[in-house]
Amino acid sequence: MLDFVVPALNLKAILPQVLLAITALTVLLVDVFAGKEGKTSLGALSLVGVAAALIALLLTRGSFESAYAGMLMADGFGFFITLIVCCVAFLSILAAMNYERVSPEIKSGEFYCLLLFAAFGMSFMGNAGNLIMVFVALETMSISIYVLAGFKRDNLKSIESALKYFLLGAFASGFLLFGFALVYGASGTLDLVKLGKFFTTHPETLHNPMVMGGIALMTVGFGFKVAMFPFHMWTPDVYEGAPTVVTGFMATGVKAAAFAALVRVFFVGFAPLQADWTTIMWVGALLTMSIGNLVAISQTNIKRMLAYSSIAHAGYILVAFVVGSELARSGILFYLLGYAFANIGAFAVISAMGSRDQEYTELVDFSGIGFKFPFLGLMMTIFLFSMAGIPPAAGFMGKFFIFSEAIKSGYIWLAIFGVINSVISLYYYLGIIVRMYFREPEREIEIIAPAGTMIAALSLAAFGVLQMGMFPSYIWNLARESVKMIM
Amino acid sequence: MNELGFPMISLVTFFPIFGVLILMFIDKEAKDTIRGTAMVFAMIEFFISLPLLFSFQNGTAAMQFVERHAWVKSAGLSYYVGLDGISLWIIMLTTFLTPICVLCSWTYIQKKVKEFMICLLLLETAMLGALVSLDLILFYVFWELMLIPMYFLIGVWGGDNKIYAAVKFFIYTAAGSVFMLLSIFFLYYLNYKTTGIFTFDLLELYKLNIPVSTQFWLCLAFFVSFAIKVPMFPLHTWLPDAHVQAPTAGSVILAGVLLKMGTYGFMRFAIPLFPYASHKFTPVIATLAVIGIIYGALVALIQPDMKKLVAYSSVSHLGYVMLGIFAFNMQGVQGGLYQMLNHGISTGALFLIVGMLYERRHTRMIKDFGGIAKVMPVFATFFMIATLSSIAVPGTNGFVGEFMILVGAFRTLPVHTVFATSGAILGALYMLWMYQRVMFQPLDKEENKVLKDLNSREILTLLPLALLVFVMGFFPGYFLRKMDASCEHFLKTYQQQVAMYEHGQYDSGTPRLAGVLEKNNLKSTFVD
Repeated sequence: MLDFVVPALNLKAILPQVLLAITALTVLLVDVFAGKEGKTSLGALSLVGVAAALIALLLTRGSFESAYAGMLMADGFGFFITLIVCCVAFLSILAAMNYERVSPEIKSGEFYCLLLFAAFGMSFMGNAGNLIMVFVALETMSISIYVLAGFKRDNLKSIESALKYFLLGAFASGFLLFGFALVYGASGTLDLVKLGKFFTTHPETLHNPMVMGGIALMTVGFGFKVAMFPFHMWTPDVYEGAPTVVTGFMATGVKAAAFAALVRVFFVGFAPLQADWTTIMWVGALLTMSIGNLVAISQTNIKRMLAYSSIAHAGYILVAFVVGSELARSGILFYLLGYAFANIGAFAVISAMGSRDQEYTELVDFSGIGFKFPFLGLMMTIFLFSMAGIPPAAGFMGKFFIFSEAIKSGYIWLAIFGVINSVISLYYYLGIIVRMYFREPEREIEIIAPAGTMIAALSLAAFGVLQMGMFPSYIWNLARESVKMIM
Repeated sequence: MNELGFPMISLVTFFPIFGVLILMFIDKEAKDTIRGTAMVFAMIEFFISLPLLFSFQNGTAAMQFVERHAWVKSAGLSYYVGLDGISLWIIMLTTFLTPICVLCSWTYIQKKVKEFMICLLLLETAMLGALVSLDLILFYVFWELMLIPMYFLIGVWGGDNKIYAAVKFFIYTAAGSVFMLLSIFFLYYLNYKTTGIFTFDLLELYKLNIPVSTQFWLCLAFFVSFAIKVPMFPLHTWLPDAHVQAPTAGSVILAGVLLKMGTYGFMRFAIPLFPYASHKFTPVIATLAVIGIIYGALVALIQPDMKKLVAYSSVSHLGYVMLGIFAFNMQGVQGGLYQMLNHGISTGALFLIVGMLYERRHTRMIKDFGGIAKVMPVFATFFMIATLSSIAVPGTNGFVGEFMILVGAFRTLPVHTVFATSGAILGALYMLWMYQRVMFQPLDKEENKVLKDLNSREILTLLPLALLVFVMGFFPGYFLRKMDASCEHFLKTYQQQVAMYEHGQYDSGTPRLAGVLEKNNLKSTFVD
């Protein structure tokens, strides 16, 4: 007879997520009842919700508890991931409120509702303490994102993007789930902490084919979500087709959540197996960053270029994953936040480059805009320099923490390949800046003047990028504390 | 705090940023207001940097005006700045050249004036920051930061082939420096392993005893990075492109200060951090320096384009600087340091002069000129002074520097010096030949007959440089005295460490240099 104990309700542990969910449902209701005028306030309402979640999160900072029978880990690590997710959601919504005018389809309750639910799922992925929980959170996030990617119903590329992402994503989820099942079969538990204990007390099961197979399948599943080579193929098509704001949201939020789950599952559940995955991930990290950067060079569409760049960034983060020390894991968190600010910002700039039903995403459209639209140009420049890892932007500090830790742990070649890749990436990041500032406009483009929300989104993102680049101390200490407080 | 009881270095370093902030709020159509504001800020900057010069203590090799604050405590990063006799004069050169750059761009730059001035002031902050940083990562941040405004200066206001030149400049330099970054990480890690302290503090890392084989690789990474910046043959190919495409002010800054960052880097970072590897590399570096001297001069000789000629002469002149530093004696090192300043002044002046001709005729080809001395006598005088300084005629600053370098180098590298001396002759040849073809010969082109002589703004631009040529030529003592203690300390530390490694007294069991010194009853020369 199985004992079934209803776990105690612990609202404090899930308050930020609950606030996100409540806001999502409220937005849906308001959309139905408020009529046409009400639609304009949906974005603002979502913003308030995310801000509330952020405040709730900051108030519960430092708590350290396992809730709902170990399903949920309200620890420092989860705190940091939720922080990233809330920042990403906040900036995406701000950008979306401007993007509504370029692409009116997204001006609906479902859009904001799904975006909030996706954030809800992302946050739980960072907090999950059980493989089932990881899966449920991942699906909550993914299904919302599939729909968001195809939100421009009349646009072929958007539909293609959604379908591709859905089909491949469903396969990836299948792999992941099958991996969980195999691990469960070998160990008899899905709880991450118990898994970790099991492998320590039963070292003979470590090289059980079921465990190895399970880990391999899980690597495929997570590899797909973080766009690791060779599971990155979907990225450019999906990023290009999805509405630009959604692209920014998934390039940052999904990546952060997937890396969070990857780190937690591997370092909590399978820590004794670290030596086994290191080699595979070493090669994976190297190929991910190299392929991402090399293919990005030949792109002519800026969204595709940034898609490949995001693959390369996944590679840099995988370097830290391979290194695996506590500081390297703090480096992952720091890098994810810095990357999130820069990428959300860059995609926000791209989303602002449009007039009603017309978007300019080809590289040639960016010729000469630096002086034509000085604010957008300056912001884009800051974000691109950050992605390229040029000081004093966040990207430099992120790479600093990751590569210095790699050298410290003896992964000298990986660090060397990492910096070679940074140099390669300079070429295409500079290419965009060359177009923006050094060339004359090649096409006549009209854009809607960015609204206040867009200016706010870009300023906040730029502030984040520069703050983390020049005074990284605060966030770095926060990241270190967070990693120390992983259960 | 420090001697002045006031964060003087921070003020000097970040003051141009205030200028940038003010400029941002000026209407971009009010071009004269923008130029005036930039000029005022550049001048104030120069004046507030003077106290550094006047309160500088001659007798000590210790860092002065030091400021130190934690930056990222847990990672060992600190905001640690200070200056000594090696960096003092380059800092003064930077603050001195910036107003001149603003002045020479007054009419040369007509489009996007506001952005131009912002870049110029940002560049000044970045250069000063790199010169005063005593924390390796802080240095690296400023070092990379220098690239961004320079990249825009070339890319936006440059000539026809500006994009190629700008991208080449950026990627060349950045590619070199990332390996330096890795090398810095390795040092950091090595220091942690031996002392248990995480720090990027340069003066602490000086004391580190690095195994010879490791030292070789780390040193190589630093050398490549700095050699690209100098630029040393065969890593110099970005320089002519960048110089020819850059606007005049860009060229002046590039030649005057940015190239000095490379040679300064050798003296501040590469050599003191890796003395034994530097010692072993000396024949290679000296040979490359001499090849640079002769190759630069020969290529300059056949250039049809005046600006390219001056650019290649830079390769040659910087070869002298490197030769002097790697002579490792007092004359050589001081001469090298002196020659850095001279090159900034004489080549800076030459770029200004070429720029002034270009502004009038929109060509830089030597064959388009001839007999200019007749229509522009004042200009001819300044041109002559810069030329004489560049070819190191006694009485000018160039003579002092080149003479000291050759005297110093002859003591340790006699064969190299013999070849290097031929560079001096070639130098006279290409400079005087250019002068002759441009300024003398018959005035046979119609366009050249109506050229106007220098106006008062242009005279004001060139006059300070021309005066300095003679001041530094006749009174080198004042300048050299301020370098004395630092250069002496630089050499002493270097020689002591090399001797230690040479005599096998290097002991891997004693991680700290101080320990090795104590064991061998040597007195430490480090000043904290």
